Amino acid sequence: MPAFPEAARAAIGDPTLRANLRHATHTIRDKRARAVAELDDWAELRQAGKEIKDRTLRHLDTYLLQLEEAVTAAGGTVHWATDAAEANRIVTELVRATGETEVVKVKSMATQEIGLNEHLEAEGIAAYETDLAELIVQLGEDRPSHILVPAIHRNRAEIRDIFREKMGSWGRPAPEGLSDTPAELAEAARLHLREKFLRAKVGISGANFMVAETGTLVVVESEGNGRMCLTLPETLISVVGVEKVVPGWRDLEVFLQTLPRSSTAERMNPYTSMWTGTRDDDGPSAFHLVLLDNGRTGALADEVGRQALRCIRCSACLNVCPVYERAGGHAYGSVYPGPIGAILTPQLRGTASEVDASLPYASSLCGACYEVCPVAIDIPEVLVHLRERVASEGGKGHRLERAAVKAASWVLDRPAALAAGQHLASATRALHPKRLPGPGARQWSEHRNLPELPAEPFRDWWKKNRT
Amino acid sequence: MTSDSRARVLARIRAAVADAPEAPDVTRAYLPRHTADNPGGLLDLLHENLADYRAHVHRTPPDGVADLVARLLDERGARSVVVPPGLPEEWLAAAGAERRGDEPRLTPHELDGIDAVVTGCALAIAETGTIVLDGGLGQGRRALTLVPDLHVCVVRAPEQVVASVPEALPRLDPTRPLTWISGPSATSDIELDRVEGVHGPRTLEVILVTGP
Ligand code: SF4
Repeated sequence: MPAFPEAARAAIGDPTLRANLRHATHTIRDKRARAVAELDDWAELRQAGKEIKDRTLRHLDTYLLQLEEAVTAAGGTVHWATDAAEANRIVTELVRATGETEVVKVKSMATQEIGLNEHLEAEGIAAYETDLAELIVQLGEDRPSHILVPAIHRNRAEIRDIFREKMGSWGRPAPEGLSDTPAELAEAARLHLREKFLRAKVGISGANFMVAETGTLVVVESEGNGRMCLTLPETLISVVGVEKVVPGWRDLEVFLQTLPRSSTAERMNPYTSMWTGTRDDDGPSAFHLVLLDNGRTGALADEVGRQALRCIRCSACLNVCPVYERAGGHAYGSVYPGPIGAILTPQLRGTASEVDASLPYASSLCGACYEVCPVAIDIPEVLVHLRERVASEGGKGHRLERAAVKAASWVLDRPAALAAGQHLASATRALHPKRLPGPGARQWSEHRNLPELPAEPFRDWWKKNRT
Repeated sequence: MTSDSRARVLARIRAAVADAPEAPDVTRAYLPRHTADNPGGLLDLLHENLADYRAHVHRTPPDGVADLVARLLDERGARSVVVPPGLPEEWLAAAGAERRGDEPRLTPHELDGIDAVVTGCALAIAETGTIVLDGGLGQGRRALTLVPDLHVCVVRAPEQVVASVPEALPRLDPTRPLTWISGPSATSDIELDRVEGVHGPRTLEVILVTGP
């Protein structure tokens, strides 16, 4: 995996990709702003969301134990996985025990993070992605590039070609004479996947939320593929990061207002499913919850970085990020792209590899991601913090940064002041890209038109404008 | 092995937050609802928001439900309809479509061969244009409202209509399987063009029953 600057350079040189991304991110971001403006109490909802998550993280052990008890009492079985290998092993054994060799999947970042599909395939189990965008990615032997719309980098003509060429080898082929209208493409996906839903005995999902108090899991979606996977199979296996728990039933009132508006810019997404254990009269007769650590407790131990675990994966930060818009999701080398990926991935995986060490530099620190984040994660603050970490570790290929970071200590010594300045005035934002050091930022500048050099150094500006 | 992992994850969590400051209590300064307390206004808002997400919305007094259900099934060419346990018999009194019960449970393939489903609901949320099903009487298990291509849902106003998400949650029982529906199945995965109907019902007809 190349470091971010290399990967981004390739993306920047691809005009189709850039056009697809620009269209998509700008469309969602404008709609999101309107959806958020409908709620007068957005700031209060955001504050409550932040506080609920902080409280959960501070007492994560208590809430996970409570969740385990409630899920078990409702007829489910809870498994704990310290890392990806263990989670994959648990899921494989559970599928094996059913005697099945294929499973249907609801889009889930956690299972992508652990490489579950690849693992299952190696074990002789076919895992079918059923979200339309994930299907496009899977058939195209591609990787997702956006949290919410994983095939955002593909346009309709590309999708039609993938369907025509690949559907037949996975099941029902694309209809003859398939055009590239979205309606026809969606219909082709419907037909292709329906036969899989109807015969599926095992479903695999993630969850957006887990309620400790009641043992309830929540999946938010649009297409109905989630509902198919959650209700038609006999066995349901949900792989969920430990940070997805919320303490109480009531807490959902905050996130069910902020998540849809932040992600798809809708008042509410078309479908939300909630289930608690198993029931004789509805849905799967066996339910397994696999609680996944895989680096999360490491992030939790970092007092600045732990706020990344508040993330509800709405993807709003991707859509406003100037770096994401140009580089695309693949450049981040992980299932978590964009600003959240730049702070989450190096914490989950560490900064030993070149790509992970370069991620904290994949940002202009413009602060837009913080402003849209519905749980108020101060992404710029964490980025600066992680840059310091990478620099102090003298990570592979990052000796340069250490020098650069020293030289830039005027800004990096004071992450809090820096963050405050970024959030304060958009006027300063334009100054940051070229002011910040490191190969990420430098190579970035080769591919964009930089604004005029500021007439005065930031520190002077800061003094004048703040005092 | 898993029990070891359980102990390890819990120990890591405890060590990670051992020095963290206590988290403050959650301030819930947000609004319990965003609309005035006026049943007529709420119903209009529900109507508007459902329609905005491409549900087809109709209003009728209680004695008009049977004719309306029959007409909607007819217009959509539905020749067969699933009847969830406990659905008021009068709602289907005028329908010509073949009725299918769910006892014994229909298989997914059998459900796939049925054109429509008619249900009630647990409640509806005006501000978001959402209908919530909880598997109670007249709603059936979750698959019934998922596999057939047409869902006709009857909402009794004003008693089943709440203003907001914060008003909805306390009225719902988390131990029941819940499905929240806001408009028909939709995708925006292809160049963000919204297309209705991917896997769930392509058509959602909502009947708001008003009056006594
Ligand atoms: S960091 Fe915030 S804005 Fe970005 S995906 Fe997570 S919750 Fe959404």
